[in-house]
Order: sequence, then C-alpha cells, then structure tokens
Amino acid sequence: MLPLKEKDKPVVQKLLSSGCCARCVLRFCCVLVQSLYRQPGEDESEEGTRTATEQSDDPPKKRMKLDDGLKGSEASAGSGDAEAPPAPALSHCVVCLGVLQEYCSRDHARKVAEAVKTEDYHFETILLSVSLPAQLCVREHSCWLHVKKEMREKVMTRVKDDIVPLKEAFKWSVQGLIATELGGVYLGDEPCSLQLFDFVSILWHYVCSCSDVFLLVHNVEIVSYCPPHGFRHYPTPPGRPTSICTSQAIQCLHTSIYVAGRYNKYSRSLSQTPWIIDGRRMMESSVEELIAEPLASSFRSKGFNFSSSGREDVDVRTLGKGRPFAMEMLNPHRYRFTKMEMKKIQETINTSSDKIAVRDLQIVTRECMGHMKEGEEEKTKSYTALVWTQKPIEKDDIIFLDDIKELTLDQKTPLRVLHRRALAVRQRVIHSMNASFRDPHHFYLRLKTQAGTYIKEFVHGDFGRTKPNLCQLLKMDTDILELDVEVGNCGTSYFQKGNPGKSTGSMTRIVQLGLDFSGDFPRLDVENVIFFFSFQKTRLKQYT
Amino acid sequence: MDCKEEIDLSAPGPSVIERYFTRWYKADVKGQACEDHCILQHSNRLCVLTLAETHPILQDGRTIKNINYKISNGCSRLNNKVAGKSKRGGQFLTEFAPVCRITCTDETEYTIYSCMRGRLLEVNEDILINTSLLLKKPSTDGYIAVILPKFEESKLVGENLLSREDFEAVVSKRAPPRVKS
Repeated sequence: MLPLKEKDKPVVQKLLSSGCCARCVLRFCCVLVQSLYRQPGEDESEEGTRTATEQSDDPPKKRMKLDDGLKGSEASAGSGDAEAPPAPALSHCVVCLGVLQEYCSRDHARKVAEAVKTEDYHFETILLSVSLPAQLCVREHSCWLHVKKEMREKVMTRVKDDIVPLKEAFKWSVQGLIATELGGVYLGDEPCSLQLFDFVSILWHYVCSCSDVFLLVHNVEIVSYCPPHGFRHYPTPPGRPTSICTSQAIQCLHTSIYVAGRYNKYSRSLSQTPWIIDGRRMMESSVEELIAEPLASSFRSKGFNFSSSGREDVDVRTLGKGRPFAMEMLNPHRYRFTKMEMKKIQETINTSSDKIAVRDLQIVTRECMGHMKEGEEEKTKSYTALVWTQKPIEKDDIIFLDDIKELTLDQKTPLRVLHRRALAVRQRVIHSMNASFRDPHHFYLRLKTQAGTYIKEFVHGDFGRTKPNLCQLLKMDTDILELDVEVGNCGTSYFQKGNPGKSTGSMTRIVQLGLDFSGDFPRLDVENVIFFFSFQKTRLKQYT
Repeated sequence: MDCKEEIDLSAPGPSVIERYFTRWYKADVKGQACEDHCILQHSNRLCVLTLAETHPILQDGRTIKNINYKISNGCSRLNNKVAGKSKRGGQFLTEFAPVCRITCTDETEYTIYSCMRGRLLEVNEDILINTSLLLKKPSTDGYIAVILPKFEESKLVGENLLSREDFEAVVSKRAPPRVKS
C-alpha cells in the first residue's frame, strides 16, 4: 500500500527541491508506517552519499517507494528533476541536517551498541532518547512555512502538529537496529512505573556547528507559536547547511533500584548522614555510608539516596527490631539479585562494621520511598535512659514513676534544635514509665512515648521549657547520660502497587514472619516477608 | 543496659550547661555596680540571657515584687511573636536594649539589658508567675530571654563580653561588699 497519495505529490516535490531527505519528506507527509523509515537492508551506498562531489542518489530502495508515488507527477512536473535532485542537496538535508540520513545506518547503531556494552549493564529493556540541537526545530518550522506558503490553496488539511516529529522518526528508524545489536527489547512508549524496574535509557546527544544558522529562539514552544510574519528573519525554505549534525555523546542511564531493610545502631558516636561543616568532616563515616558501600559495589552504582522512617541523635543507640530504611541506588549496572545474594550482601554489611547491623535487606518498588515517611506520627517509641540525680535517692523514691500513665507534656521547641526549627509548643504523651535503681545517683528509666517526644528535654527540663519534666517530678535536678531507642511495633502493612491514592486491583498483603523479641534481637532470616511500617493515608510532618 | 563502652559513673559528669553552652559575662552593665549579666551561648549559636550569680537581685535575700516586660508605652517584650523556621517578626535587640524591669520588695529597681545584638525569640513568662524560679535557679529555669544572633554575627557575641575566667578576675578585684547593718 502506498503511503503517499496524489495530494502529497506537490508537497513532496517542493520538499525535495528544497533539499529535504527522503525520511523528512515522509515526515512532512505524516506517514505513520514505521517500517518505511527503516532501511530495508544493508545499504552500503548510503555511505557513498556523504561526499557531496559524487553524483549520488538517495538511498535507492527508499527512493523507489517515493518514485512509485512520484511516477505520476514526474511526467506532469515538467522539470524532470524529481529523479535526480542536485547532488549537494542530497548529502545534507536542510531540515534534519543528517540526523535522519547518516545516523540511521547500521554502523551507527553498532556504535551505540558498543557504547552501551562497554558500560557493562545488565538490562532487559531499552529506552532511546535523543537530544537534538534547537536549530533543527527552527529549520523544520521554516520548511513547513515554505510548503504551506506555496500550497496555500490546495492542501493543508494538516496542521503542523500532524507532522511526524523528528525524534519519533529517528527512533522508528534506528530503534530496531540498536535493539537487535544489544539483544534487548525496545520500549516504545514511556514505560509505566512497574516496568521502570529494569531498563537502560540511552541518551544520544547531537550538536551542530552550522554557522549559517542563528538561533532565533531557545525554546521549541516559542517557534510553534511564532506567526509566519514574525519568522521573517529566517529564510524559508531553510538555507543549505555547510555541515551536518555530529553525534556528541552517547550516555547510558539505568533506572534506579530500591533496596530496603531495617538497621540497628550500636555506636554512640555515629551520625545517620555524613556530618560535614565548612567542608570538613566532623565524624568518620555515618549510618547511610556504612550501609551504602557494600550495596554500591554489588550493584555497581555510583550514587544513592538514603531515606529512613525517622532518625536518632548521634549519641543514641537504636535497638530492638531496628529502624526501617530505604535506599535508592542510582544508575546501577546490575539489578537482578537472588534472595541468597541479598543475604550475602546483608552479611557483608554486618561484618564490615560493629557500629551498625542490617536485617531484612531486600529489593522493593519505588513506592517504598514515599511510604517510609508515612505514619511516623502514629508510632510508639520505646526508650531507655540512664538518669543522673543531683541528690542521692533510694529504690523507693522512684517507684512512683511506674504508676504514671498517659502523662501529657507541653514541650517548647528544645534550645538544641531551635536554631533550625520553628518555635512552638508541642503536646506529647508519655504512655508509661518504668524505673530501675542502679545506685544513689543513677537509675534507668524505660519510657513508652508518642513519636516525636523529646526525651532528653523531659529528663533535664530544658530550662523549664518542657513541663512537666523529671526534675519537677522528682523534685531535684536530673540529667540524662545515655539514651537508647527501640523503634516500636507498627502492625501489618500493605504494599500497594501502582499509584497510592488510586484504587488498585491487586494489593499484596505482607505479613511479618518471626517472633516478637524484647531485648537483644536475634538475626532472623525472614524468608518470605519483610518489614512493617504503619500505612497511613495522611503524611505528617516529621519530628526528631 | 549492655554498653560496649562502659560509662564512668563515679563522678558527676558535666551538666547540660557545661556540655552545650559557653558562658559570656558582662559586668557592671550600664555602669551600675555589680549588675552583672550572663549570656549562655549554645553550640548552635542560640543565646540565653540570664542574671550572673553576682547580680544584686540574687544577693541579700531579696524577694521580687514585680517583673515587667513592658519597657515603654510602645513596646512590651511580651508582645514578641516569631514565626517560622527563620523566626521572622522577633524584636531586634541591641546591646543596651532593655528586656525587662524587676522591682524587689525593698523597692530597689533593676533593668535587665540584652548585652548582645540579635533577634528576641522568647521571654521567660514562668518567672512572672513564679518569681522564686529567678532567685533559686537564675541560670536555668529562671532565665530571662532567648536571643538569636544573626548568622554572620554569631561568632562575635563573645567579642565584647568577658569569658568566665576574665569575669572571675573582675569580680575578685571588687571591693568586698559593705556589711549590712
């Protein structure tokens, strides 16, 4: 079936005489049959067309298709030049500047494939993106105006938007070739979030060093809104270029992989994120770096984003089940890991440092990162504090603390965080307490509190800005020497696929296997499932 | 609690103020003898304005009759309101800006001055209700105000003030107080 119709003939003629290449002609005629853009077979003569001096033809096979359509008009054209347009015009298309000519060959596809192979990615699907110089859209607009101007009476039932975009035509021409070379599957459209898991996107940058074109605009949109008379500073049809586009760079980017788990912190001198002031590192390493290093080397990724469900101070240990965290590994070269391999990575992390430990390490979906922060306000936290008392105490003096339930505190923003937080009064509840005597000036205080309670300020009073505080309860000065936190039970949670907020067909329910331990946690190997966090619909502000 | 690093509990460790704050002093504020103020600067640059232990209010068993944050017809420190993380709207104080006026039961009157440049974040309203806080715990619960210096000026707070050692030297040079008859 011929893609070109009778009414296209004048347009085709016009374009060819202006110096368009065959593929651009197809584009302007809104031909949507993708196979026509692809080169039918190996065509070595394509290489020969580059030199302007040779008496060269368009790629013969392509031309034959065009010729069929042009046959009728050849005779009537009169000029008889449709068969062999002037040679220089063939070598550089005035609209695409060679992008749809030389760069659609198998050789260039091979070059791209080589570039990807040297990076040694593991992938299944490919997404090709092209970045083209802005002047190409100026040229296209100019060409369109040229055609429109001449054909005013006859044709244009089409609007400019119907013209096949250059990038689309390029992808149609080349995608198959690249995919074959790489052995991957091409993703035609923007992939949905589920498939974002595992594709490599190849970004192909073109630059143009044409000096005879000056850029009117930087923005593609402005060109399309520009009325014809406003375009007067640029020739229509576009002028012959002296040089073509060159391929500047081929960049590969793999979609991010998300890893999640729970971590425990056993050190009282480890920050969660790197602590750097004025370019100087204040503390060696950090929780996120200790977790990220083995992951980055296994996944062969250079960057990461760390996110956790709340955080603790530098001098506070995290005990119990551990705090949930999620890590986005950027541009990984490898993404498929079996459960055994993930366990091995987990072991590596745990043996690399005695300051942290990780459990339930697994690969998860992107939605996880958002879920991390949800439900923080709803949690209960368990703390253990080592309290110092100014006056000597006896066992009986602190028994009464065990009976205090649901104590509401009014906490003004603590001075130690007031420099970076708004000044406000927060009401927080201490659900229960438990005191264990140690010696006349020390006792251990276990607390179960609402999330967001400042424990240190409850113990020493923060200049009386937290009321009631332990000093008032005991009627003496108290101070906190040590603090440990256990991130509490969060209940079963649901992993929702797709967009949260939309109703989805399938919800995978994830249940934790394993037992409830208080005290030292054992290293559980949870085969089937993973971790909890409270799933709440509203996102609430995070408090330390 | 199983600690890997055993903490030494035999001696009391540094207090909250000693752990986080630097003490700066201004002696004889506005030329008034012994009216010494103490600024506690946190390592995060926030400052707490307090009376130094040598201040007359804290001497001779005085009791406080009245604390007034209204320093003029147009200005009351109680009206101070800050909003947001950047603490917009706080009254800006210079070194000699009065913060409050304290009247004692023996009719002596004292004005407490800012002693530093910065934005007033809050004044202590608890001492209005419970004046004994100021007398018994002037350095903690009885603080006067919280002031935030400008970021660029945060390191300059101590420039015109005395360190603890210098202050103690000044105090030791003072004439011994006259014995009350």
